[in-house]
Amino acid sequence: MDFPLIDAEPIWLSLQLAGVTVVILLALGTPIAWWLTQTRSRFRVVVEALVALPLVLPPTVLGFYLLILLGSHGWVGGPVQALTGSALSFSFTGLVFASTLYSLPFVVQPLHSAFESIGKTPMETAQSLGASRLDAFFSVITPLARRGYLTAMVLGFAHTLGEFGVVLMVGGNIPGKTKVISIEIYDRVEVLEYAQAHILSIGLLIFSFLVLVMVYSINRRLPMQVT
Amino acid sequence: MWVVVWIMALPQLAWSGEVYVAVASNFLSPLKEIATRYKEDTGDRLILISGSTGKLYAQARHGAPFDIFLAGDSKRPALLEREGMGVIGTRFTYAIGALVLWGLERVQGEESLAQMSKGKLAIANPKTAPYGRAAQQVLESLGFWKKLQPSLVRGENIAQTLQFVATGNAMLGFVAKSQVEDPRFKFKGSHWEVPVDMHEPIVQQAILLNRGLANSSAKQFLEYLHGAVAKNIMRSYGFRFLEE
Repeated sequence: MDFPLIDAEPIWLSLQLAGVTVVILLALGTPIAWWLTQTRSRFRVVVEALVALPLVLPPTVLGFYLLILLGSHGWVGGPVQALTGSALSFSFTGLVFASTLYSLPFVVQPLHSAFESIGKTPMETAQSLGASRLDAFFSVITPLARRGYLTAMVLGFAHTLGEFGVVLMVGGNIPGKTKVISIEIYDRVEVLEYAQAHILSIGLLIFSFLVLVMVYSINRRLPMQVT
Repeated sequence: MWVVVWIMALPQLAWSGEVYVAVASNFLSPLKEIATRYKEDTGDRLILISGSTGKLYAQARHGAPFDIFLAGDSKRPALLEREGMGVIGTRFTYAIGALVLWGLERVQGEESLAQMSKGKLAIANPKTAPYGRAAQQVLESLGFWKKLQPSLVRGENIAQTLQFVATGNAMLGFVAKSQVEDPRFKFKGSHWEVPVDMHEPIVQQAILLNRGLANSSAKQFLEYLHGAVAKNIMRSYGFRFLEE
């Protein structure tokens, strides 16, 4: 056989995808989670439901609509193609877009419960001492919510690593661009290359187990409100 | 008491007159048509499970409940026969497939491939899908395989490959002629029929699996595939036959 037993490219790609997605999700999830904590708007439940949608929807629904959206005729893919010359489907950027939607609840929900448990007092105290809201948020709230942030990062990362259905539908199985670990495992199993499939699967199994052990240790004293 | 007898009889009831057929994605549409006619003619029902030939082979090898396997190649049925999962002597070529290059815009033979600079070219995964393998052979014989690597996207099976092009996510795709000849296929576009000397012939074989040995309907259906009704339907989808 002319290929090595294990190809590092899909692993590296999955790690990159998960890393980039988590960074985007923290930036996106923080204001959403904070707004959910503060608002009395009746749209709150609507936003909460939207955020939680990827938890209950089959990946095929997300995959189907992303395929339509991201293609060169799609609402998102069209303008992007006009700007950059290539559509989003079958690209790493497309997968980042998909993963951001797919893993959104896994970041927003831990942040939301962390902000809720902090309550209103620290923010009010900081403001009464003359801090601006933004300043107070970053110097008081964020440190207090560090467990929530840690949980959000770990879960968002792990969940993106475990993504399969959506990538199968919009990825196109391109080595180095969209062929992530889960797709690689699927491919190996399909052609009965069980040795390679085992190595990757066991690796992912151990990694995911360690991640969950970590999440539960972080939250030993905080109630888990992830799902 | 009667309930118990009834429940015990259930598997037998379901058994007679039902055939579980694993079918390569390229042959799903014609087989649906054949299944309708078959039901009218015999009263027996076909239950169709479609996917890439490689995937169905792996499932059959691990005891998936299929009576018959209609593959997109001859390699996998032969393997099943050799591995003792298929019934020896039941394997035969039911059709010869044709490969086309299809796109929503105008397709002009190999020129369309030579001119590809942006956009994606969809093929089925050559490892699991016979039409993907044929597509790879065409690209190799034209000298485009290396050059077009950055443009290639791989469908999990030939149905997904078609879907990549139909949704506008890929510009061109190597698909089965049977897919674009499908009367229910509503996308216009145009296609180029790849000359058969550019790839190994796509010899599609069927085999009776061990599970189907006890199912008389399964054997009857394999006979039916040889008949004029089935062949006429296959011909309308662009399939050819060994004797032609």
